[in-house]
Amino acid sequence: MLSIEEVLHIERLARLKLTDKEREMYRNQLNDVLNYAAKLDEIDTSNVPPMYHVLPVSNVLREDIPREIFSQEEALSNAPLKEGGFFVIPPILGGEE
Amino acid sequence: MELADLTAHELLELISKKEVSPQEVVKSCIDRIEKYEPKIKAYLFIRNPEEIINSVKEDEPYSAIPIAIKDNILVKGLPNTCASKILANFIAPYNATVIERLNKKSLNIIGKTNLDEFAMGSSTENSAFGPTRNPWDIERVPGGSSGGSAASVAMGSAIWALGSDTGGSIRQPASFCGVVGLKPTYGTVSRYGLVAFASSLDQIGPITKDVTDCALLYSFINGYDPNDSTSLNIEPYRYSPLKGDIKGIKIGLIRELLGEGVDPSVKKCIEDSVKIFEDLGAIIEEVSLPYISYSVPTYYILAPAEASSNLARFDGVRYGFRASGKTAEEMMSNTRGEGFGPEVKRRIMLGTYVLSAGYYEAFYLKALKFRNLIASDFRKAFERFDVLISPTSPTLPFKLGEKVENPLEMYLADICTIPINLAGLPAISIPSGFVNNLPVGLQIIGPVFSEAKLFEVAYAFEQATPFHKRRPQLGGISYGV
Repeated sequence: MLSIEEVLHIERLARLKLTDKEREMYRNQLNDVLNYAAKLDEIDTSNVPPMYHVLPVSNVLREDIPREIFSQEEALSNAPLKEGGFFVIPPILGGEE
Repeated sequence: MELADLTAHELLELISKKEVSPQEVVKSCIDRIEKYEPKIKAYLFIRNPEEIINSVKEDEPYSAIPIAIKDNILVKGLPNTCASKILANFIAPYNATVIERLNKKSLNIIGKTNLDEFAMGSSTENSAFGPTRNPWDIERVPGGSSGGSAASVAMGSAIWALGSDTGGSIRQPASFCGVVGLKPTYGTVSRYGLVAFASSLDQIGPITKDVTDCALLYSFINGYDPNDSTSLNIEPYRYSPLKGDIKGIKIGLIRELLGEGVDPSVKKCIEDSVKIFEDLGAIIEEVSLPYISYSVPTYYILAPAEASSNLARFDGVRYGFRASGKTAEEMMSNTRGEGFGPEVKRRIMLGTYVLSAGYYEAFYLKALKFRNLIASDFRKAFERFDVLISPTSPTLPFKLGEKVENPLEMYLADICTIPINLAGLPAISIPSGFVNNLPVGLQIIGPVFSEAKLFEVAYAFEQATPFHKRRPQLGGISYGV
């Protein structure tokens, strides 16, 4: 059973603020799903290689050639807060706004 | 039957013979929206009717064929909400590659369709803007997550539509709404401009009224795109008229997908389908894919893991909703807590947990190993069979609210479709019968890049059966609800 401390830890890792009610609900629901996932322990898979991707391709790279995609205006068009061509956010470190 | 009930290829023929005008076709669809959209709610955004009619060009026949686009595929200048509060005011600054391709054919985009928030769900009930109803019975769900796209086609408001499929999100709603849906081979349709849910599983695909339209629309959207690093540089599928000769073709009936948990009426429908295939000269045998029964737990580890990483970008900095907060981190946590709905949060929590230190090997890595076992089950089956069949959904369309309280039960609704995404295979769902006037879908699965063969098998079945001709009795919609 997941503890509330563990739920708080995941919440912090995911940068996802939950209410007390949500925390308790997800604690129970995640437990249900994780218990169900324990079905995977029925089979010994120690010799099975993991399949990261279904395609037989890897390291697909392109030439690093600059090209015009968006104007600055377009790139900022959906920003919640902007100023002088920048995205504006609250301070990174604690303090007054 | 009205024009809005016809398929794209039927309408194109009528237009070329000058029996109907392109404007009449478009108006027939707009008329459907005006009459039935208030009850069905298939759309999150509908273009101005005048604009839609003005988009018809005399020398571009496809401009007369309205198409609906799932609201997680970017169309420049139109809203793209992913049915989430966090993107409620987002306007797409560029076109998805599939939209660029449709624009080359001048397809007429009629609107953006409802979905489960960020395509996470199987009923379209997880939309932040309210659920879509099934045109066959408005007490029931249209399936999901592309429920809006499937309903838009079934109600005749669009002649065809695009959806996206991560674990069944095209095929299951197609099944529930009595239409055709294709999940293409992974890597054949560009994902550029599709809002990512689980990148190793997501594919865009067509939702149409028959197999010919499905093949046509797939031919428009498939092909290599350098903007998607998982797009394959191979010879694309090109449409040629379907013949439907399947004499001698070997079909495997997947035993594990007809067992426990499958509604007896759905099972009966699939057994009837087997007889139809036999009459068409196909050879059918039962086949066992033992690891398929581990697909649901495998998927519900891998998909949330990828989602938790993909959805990290929604942080209130560059676009979308922003909540207040004294520091950047507090603002981000509040934004995500207030902006995401319950199912999306559930999956972010689950995905973050299975990727976190101490659990990565026990859950994520383990699931990747099962993905390998499931994919090799299919590879072995295709050594003996040309295609495999199963129900698309183990149940008939269920009622709104029936599974909302129990996420695990909702996840189990995806049992027949999930394994196909895990293995990267193509699969098509076609109407295969009706139970109490509710549609039942048949899923046909092929090896990678076998779309042409899937179309032939599906077309043979379709031409031998009347189900694709049936339309919901929209006039009989009960307005009492």
